[in-house]
Amino acid sequence: MTTATPAFPLSDGIIAVVKRDCPTCELVAPVLAELSKAGDTVVFSQDDPMFPEGVSDIADDRSLEFSWHHDIETVPTLIRVAGGAETERIVGWSRDQWQAFCGSEQLGAELPDYRPGCGSLSVDPNYTDELEVRFGGSRVVSRRVELAALEDEMEMAFDRGWSDGLPVVPPTEARVLRMLDGTSRDPQDVVATVPPDLNQVTVEQVAINAVMAGCKPEYLPVVLTAVEAACETAFNMHGLLATTMFSGPIIVVNGPIAQRIGMNAEHNVLGQGNRANSTIGRALQLVIRNLGGGRPGEVDMSAMGAPSKLGLCFAEREHDSPFTPLSAERGIEPGVDAITLFGGQGPTPIVDQLSRTPESLVRTFAAVLRNTGHPKLANGFDAMLLISPEHARTFRDAGWDTARLRSELEDLLVLDGDDMVRGAGGIDEGFPPSFAGKPLPKFRPEGLLIAHVGGDAGMFSAVLSGWVGGPKGSEPVSVPISPWM
Amino acid sequence: MTTVLDPTAGKAAEAIERVDRLDSLEGKVVGLLDISKPRGDKFLDRLEERLGDMGATVKRFAKPTFTKPAPVDLRHEIATSCDAVIEALAD
Repeated sequence: MTTATPAFPLSDGIIAVVKRDCPTCELVAPVLAELSKAGDTVVFSQDDPMFPEGVSDIADDRSLEFSWHHDIETVPTLIRVAGGAETERIVGWSRDQWQAFCGSEQLGAELPDYRPGCGSLSVDPNYTDELEVRFGGSRVVSRRVELAALEDEMEMAFDRGWSDGLPVVPPTEARVLRMLDGTSRDPQDVVATVPPDLNQVTVEQVAINAVMAGCKPEYLPVVLTAVEAACETAFNMHGLLATTMFSGPIIVVNGPIAQRIGMNAEHNVLGQGNRANSTIGRALQLVIRNLGGGRPGEVDMSAMGAPSKLGLCFAEREHDSPFTPLSAERGIEPGVDAITLFGGQGPTPIVDQLSRTPESLVRTFAAVLRNTGHPKLANGFDAMLLISPEHARTFRDAGWDTARLRSELEDLLVLDGDDMVRGAGGIDEGFPPSFAGKPLPKFRPEGLLIAHVGGDAGMFSAVLSGWVGGPKGSEPVSVPISPWM
Repeated sequence: MTTVLDPTAGKAAEAIERVDRLDSLEGKVVGLLDISKPRGDKFLDRLEERLGDMGATVKRFAKPTFTKPAPVDLRHEIATSCDAVIEALAD
């Protein structure tokens, strides 16, 4: 960690801070020139060391070092220094204030009574992060990697094995500091122990990967919560990563935070085009890759992979849903910001444009759901049913809520053991012969998740099929998003 | 010149020295770890027979589920009670 540069020493007298690009500073320039004649006034100029004309003692503060160290927010600012310490400060132009401050009743008599000042360059959002890096000492402790003079910064991450195959945003210190503004947590707080290498990772390290993924600072609380949830024992991120199957961690966001950070729950919800959706899931996967050491072809032995392994994150469309929000069904108070993590793959479509009754539509859902993994396997793979608004309308109009839908699906998804045993239907896959004649529920009791997503039009729903569910594999995890934003 | 922050855990892979190869299986204890994939037991049953013929004593172990790493206690038990271990990745 570097230390802060020492605060700029103050000499007794009056210090003024100005910039030429400020009409109020231009207005008070003659006053400053008059004060300057008295000899104990230094003027720090933020943008032009020749300004203000007629001032004998101008200090060049184009580096903004003085302004940053002395928390100048407005120009002009007047500071009185006595005994090496600041004793008084006024900002902007107020003739009464300036006259009192300087003990001169004639000061600026020809100027208007009052003019507000302008913003100091040292608090310009375009500069603050760089200034903090330059003068503030650093809050971050990660190893600095200096790129070679001729190195292309967009190629840098590929060359070092830090990328998931897409370009990443170079994680400069200024960008990481800006990302850390998205949380009140200390950068060195440990977030989780990340598999497969079981490395303890800090808020700062997650923030670096969130920068690379393209996240905005306001997404960071969701990313941090996702990392914590993914590393809970029950979710079994290690197994999900290592399996030869397809799955990756899918993140569903509930609560007002989704809208606040601009997430998409509607048209093209599982697709491209929304920054928060596209980058939050990616940030989690970059954490697994870069901090957990989980790379394809190494511990990650997935035969085919799935889009969810690049990152799949979306919000539930809650405002007009006839169903209980996913997080609330899983024990989190409605209206509380939360995520649910589900180990699954991309969507299997459910096309039904003719059903107009819930009895018909629920049969369509069941018919597609029973194929999850394989039509002759049951009680193994979880699934998430994503219901579109046009399909949801059919249930709403008939007065079906989540409980009714679940109960009907449960009945329809008890399968006949005769159809499920090895050899049945000419297919070797299936249950041992002893299951013949026995009823087999397709899903374990907590193995079917339901969420309402999608655009207004389109009579299409979807199944996100999951990995091995439950204690033998991965349990979906729902957690509130910590309110330390 | 651009400076970036290292996004990795910054750890290099650690090389671990292998234990010496056994000269003979005679009188040695060989652990057979079933990872609990279907039919892994069939493979291990046959190995047990063959190892018995070679004079080894066989101890059988199983992971609770193939989806998770072996629990630390199980690994410790194998390490302290066996001279060698074979892990079955049948599928």
